[in-house]
Amino acid sequence: MTTPDTTSATLPAPRGRTRTTGRTPTPAPTRTVRRRTSAWTPWLYLLPALAVIGGLLVYPVYQLGLISFLEYTQAQVSGGEPTYFKGFGNYTALFTDPQFWQVLLATVLFAAACVVTTLAVGCALAVLLTRVRALPRLALMVAALGAWATPAVTGSTVWVFLFDPDFGPVNRLLGLGDFSWTYGRYSAFALVLLEVVWCSFPFVMVTVYAGIKAIPSEVLEAAALDGASQWRIWRSVMAPMLRPILVVVTIQSIIWDFKLFTQIYVMTNGGGIAGQNLVLNVYAYQKAFASSQYSLGSAIGVVMLLILLAVTLVYLRLLRRQGEEL
Amino acid sequence: MSPTLFRVRRPGRLAAEAVTLLVAAAVAFPLYWMVLSALKPAGEIQSTEPRPWTLSPSLDSFRRVFDQQEFGRYFLNSLIVAGTVVLASALIAFLAATAVTRFRFRFRTTLLVMFLVAQMVPVEALTIPLFFLMRDFGQLNTLGSLILPHLAFSLPFAIWMLRGFVKAVPEALEEQAQIDGASRTRFLWQILFPLVFPGLVATSVFSFISTWNDFLFAKSFLISDTSQSTLPMALLVFFKPDENDWGGIMAGSTVMTLPVLVFFVLVQRRLVSGLGGAVKD
Repeated sequence: MTTPDTTSATLPAPRGRTRTTGRTPTPAPTRTVRRRTSAWTPWLYLLPALAVIGGLLVYPVYQLGLISFLEYTQAQVSGGEPTYFKGFGNYTALFTDPQFWQVLLATVLFAAACVVTTLAVGCALAVLLTRVRALPRLALMVAALGAWATPAVTGSTVWVFLFDPDFGPVNRLLGLGDFSWTYGRYSAFALVLLEVVWCSFPFVMVTVYAGIKAIPSEVLEAAALDGASQWRIWRSVMAPMLRPILVVVTIQSIIWDFKLFTQIYVMTNGGGIAGQNLVLNVYAYQKAFASSQYSLGSAIGVVMLLILLAVTLVYLRLLRRQGEEL
Repeated sequence: MSPTLFRVRRPGRLAAEAVTLLVAAAVAFPLYWMVLSALKPAGEIQSTEPRPWTLSPSLDSFRRVFDQQEFGRYFLNSLIVAGTVVLASALIAFLAATAVTRFRFRFRTTLLVMFLVAQMVPVEALTIPLFFLMRDFGQLNTLGSLILPHLAFSLPFAIWMLRGFVKAVPEALEEQAQIDGASRTRFLWQILFPLVFPGLVATSVFSFISTWNDFLFAKSFLISDTSQSTLPMALLVFFKPDENDWGGIMAGSTVMTLPVLVFFVLVQRRLVSGLGGAVKD
């Protein structure tokens, strides 16, 4: 179907590897070495980090790409059948599967909903924190730290219990009777979204709050004296000054929410009824470990990797535009 | 001028404080419900009229969790994994962050970009190749199969975050130490390390949480040896097809959440200042 040379060009890892081997023998330029240290010193410091990252991050990425081009199922894993090169076969199978597109769309929309809600809640509460005295501020900070500290698995179990149709307090409070949140597709996604926002808004709130505190109060007072409304102050004064921080928290949120696994897996019991709540990560896991289609799972992994790589490139560009020095 | 401003703002502030307290209560409620349910006797948990208090707290659920499920052992396993990752990644990241901020060398920028890109690699996507890697090295069903990947995943972020802290230590200090005859190693560990320590704490929070929370790797790599299991996996045992043991689940969740809460409270000052320092940079 495809020629091997075109596929090898799309594999990310060989480039990284040549980079690793190519860089070591090159001596560092002597111009800025302040003391008499060997040019090797920084590499010595970097050695443990590079070894770990190279062996357990870069190499697996290469392997992931490789497996996605092979026929690799239970038969090959147990050693009964030979692995063979399949070219883009796995990708063709994936892209012609309507379920993949449905899961991809669900993943993107769900992640977007999580990111937008988390940022809105986090920023609003950060602004609120600046307008209250120490005691209420401490109360919200402590509560937020608690939500932040809660592991994903326990957060998921607690939220499922809160919304349990028989024993949960939420349905009683809202008078919903024995309405099952995890039964319907949208209500299940909504429940997971609530949990995700609950445990990830604190990072946004604390970070943005720290950023607001760093803004000189004279600037805000001047805006208030000029008669600017709270919304106007936020939009025209604070948001531009907070831009670098907002970029960081937005990108972090996108990355976290795009690759959610635990919440979906635990709260919807592995992807919901008939897979209605699958997101890419859970989908890949189910394909690989539940139905032993490792190569198909790897192809999904590659798709995720490429999407997040695109996000990263946007991030790098934004950083560079802000004149951040690396 | 400022008194008028104050008077105008006051009723607004009281409303804002009421809202803040309400939000705080709502945010804390799931945790309250978790601990409450863990302490409720079995009959009250199964009640279809759940009450937000209990008059007869009992430790039955906790006892059940620790008796039936070797929770103590899983707890220890989780602690070993997270502790090792935190210590090792702090040391390795400190050295690497020093290298990329205090030295000028070829490929420095390339490396930094690589660390940034590495942060974005969805670790979950690497479960399949890591599974085969661990299998080939005979590491499946061992705690090492959780420690090593988490170390690799926490390093790029830790290096990236520590960079700002190392950079903030003035160069003059290093020159001064040099003049005073301190070797580079001595400067590194006795001067730079203590100064960067708050940053290390902030960074450690992230590696601790991501490791402690790990569910996917534990689920994928610890397949047959349950004695090597970690807390997130152990929790799922209480989910049963016919009827979930909610008391057990909530007691287990409480046991799993408390150490992180304690850790957070211990480091929260440093965490907030650390975040501020990292993003301000």
